[in-house]
Amino acid sequence: MENTIENSKDELITREVTLNMGPQHPSTHGVMHLILHMQGEKIIKAEPDIGYLHRGMEKIAENLLYAQFVPYTDRLDYLSSMTNNLGYVMAVEKLIGIDIPERGQYVRVIASELSRISSHLLAVGAWGLDLGAITLVLYAFREREMVLDLFEMLCGARLTYNYMKIGGVRGDLPPGFVEKCREFVRLFPKRIDEYEGLLTGNRIWLKRNKGVGVVSAEDAVNLGLTGPSLRGSGVNWDIRKDEPYLVYDRFDFKVTLGENGDCFDRYTCRVGDMRQAARIVDQALDQLPEGPVNADIPEFVAPSRADLTTKMEALIHHFKLISHGFKPPVGEVYVSIEAPKGELGYYVKSDGTEKPFRVKIRAPSFVNLQSVDPMSKGLYFADVVAVISSLDPVFGEVDK
Amino acid sequence: MEVQDLEKELSPLQYSLLITKIKGRFGRSVLETSVFRGEITHLVEKDAIADICNFVKRESDMQFNFLSDVLGVDCRSSLSCFEVVYHLYSIKNKMRLRLKIRIKEDETVPSVTSVWRSADFAERETFDMFGIVFDGHPNMKRIYMPEDWEGYPLRKDYPLVGYKDEYNPFGVEKKA
Repeated sequence: MENTIENSKDELITREVTLNMGPQHPSTHGVMHLILHMQGEKIIKAEPDIGYLHRGMEKIAENLLYAQFVPYTDRLDYLSSMTNNLGYVMAVEKLIGIDIPERGQYVRVIASELSRISSHLLAVGAWGLDLGAITLVLYAFREREMVLDLFEMLCGARLTYNYMKIGGVRGDLPPGFVEKCREFVRLFPKRIDEYEGLLTGNRIWLKRNKGVGVVSAEDAVNLGLTGPSLRGSGVNWDIRKDEPYLVYDRFDFKVTLGENGDCFDRYTCRVGDMRQAARIVDQALDQLPEGPVNADIPEFVAPSRADLTTKMEALIHHFKLISHGFKPPVGEVYVSIEAPKGELGYYVKSDGTEKPFRVKIRAPSFVNLQSVDPMSKGLYFADVVAVISSLDPVFGEVDK
Repeated sequence: MEVQDLEKELSPLQYSLLITKIKGRFGRSVLETSVFRGEITHLVEKDAIADICNFVKRESDMQFNFLSDVLGVDCRSSLSCFEVVYHLYSIKNKMRLRLKIRIKEDETVPSVTSVWRSADFAERETFDMFGIVFDGHPNMKRIYMPEDWEGYPLRKDYPLVGYKDEYNPFGVEKKA
């Protein structure tokens, strides 16, 4: 027998309750406001109400030079700024039709995979925190600190890196980076084993996540899920594999897939992603070629800081680029990359002036958030927390 | 403008599937086809958009089962119209396709939410930012801005600093 209240013999009269979860709620990962329609503790409908952090990024982009928008992209998915930078600069590079040197591409791969690790560490850590496994977040932050130290070496910043620039990166790898990075990626798999020891076999963790928030492969694609949330349903689509950008086709890595499409599978996909990211960084450090990191195209690419003090031409190009920018050809491009949360796409349309005519950001968290409703229908209130955590939305990106 | 030789810029499979086949089926509705940096764009008629989307999704050798994004562009200054752009992806064939329609300011667009559910938020965002209404959308309301917001922020005539009101003393004075 169904144990719903309506079917019980006592004929309890219940009515639908509307509960506002958030925007100030510790387990909603930012300023998320969920309007929950509930019958008792069962969810009938979960309606995300977003926009509390809307800053009008796309409008801002239309009023800036192409290069000036890069720091704004840091503030989208602020847990993984490197990949936000990367998507945008790749879109502009495609628009103006330039390629960057191999070493620059390797450096970009290293930076974005480290970024993926730091993002997933926080995702899994906060997920544990939400479901009462508080230990994990402390361990996750220990490793995240190591990644942030590496980023600090790389660009001086720990949150908003602004490291990628159009035509390359802001600086080559500093001395000592390769050794320190290698040390980290060798150590990291053992640390993932620790996390898995804490969670993967944990009965409470399994009870809270197995069979919760199930979405079938077909529904997941239809709902626009991407990244680990899609792969949890067993759909084998990773942009790094299927449309390799940068030098991803030179690395040996596996795409982790789930089977049931529940929260637990999305968790295993994230853990698998972290392991593979460490492998990719390790291989990239092995293959790292010598040479410049930036394209030598003064018309579009700003000269390095060191050149400014010694070369007159560099100073002239720098002045020209900062004060006037550059004019890409008329056209439109769409570039998408595999960000930690899913497909991060930038559509850039140029009308031939120094400023973009239109920039559209396809933020993975925004699209993924649509599936909160179908996933949590029929579940209990406490499961909604697991569902949100399993999608890992970041509100800088959802609200743009 | 010189006519592009599309066949040269694309692989034979792309050409036969995404150009010949779509044009063969919807010859009259496809107004213009262009390739820029290897990306295919079909400019199609507004009324045919839902049919074309359905076709490219269901056709077994295309299977554009994933809708990446729907977005609006305010082209009123140059073409006196809005553009609505659809980015499609086929997970099976690893191909991308861009469809585009042009509409006048007061026209509505058929919704593609019945083809892909992921169009829901994207179409709401387009409505919120440009005021483009999608017919047949189950929940056509603002998504980012408050429900009583006036104006559509991403239109080119909407000021960057917003309009002046009691919360925004530095905004632009609204024209009567």
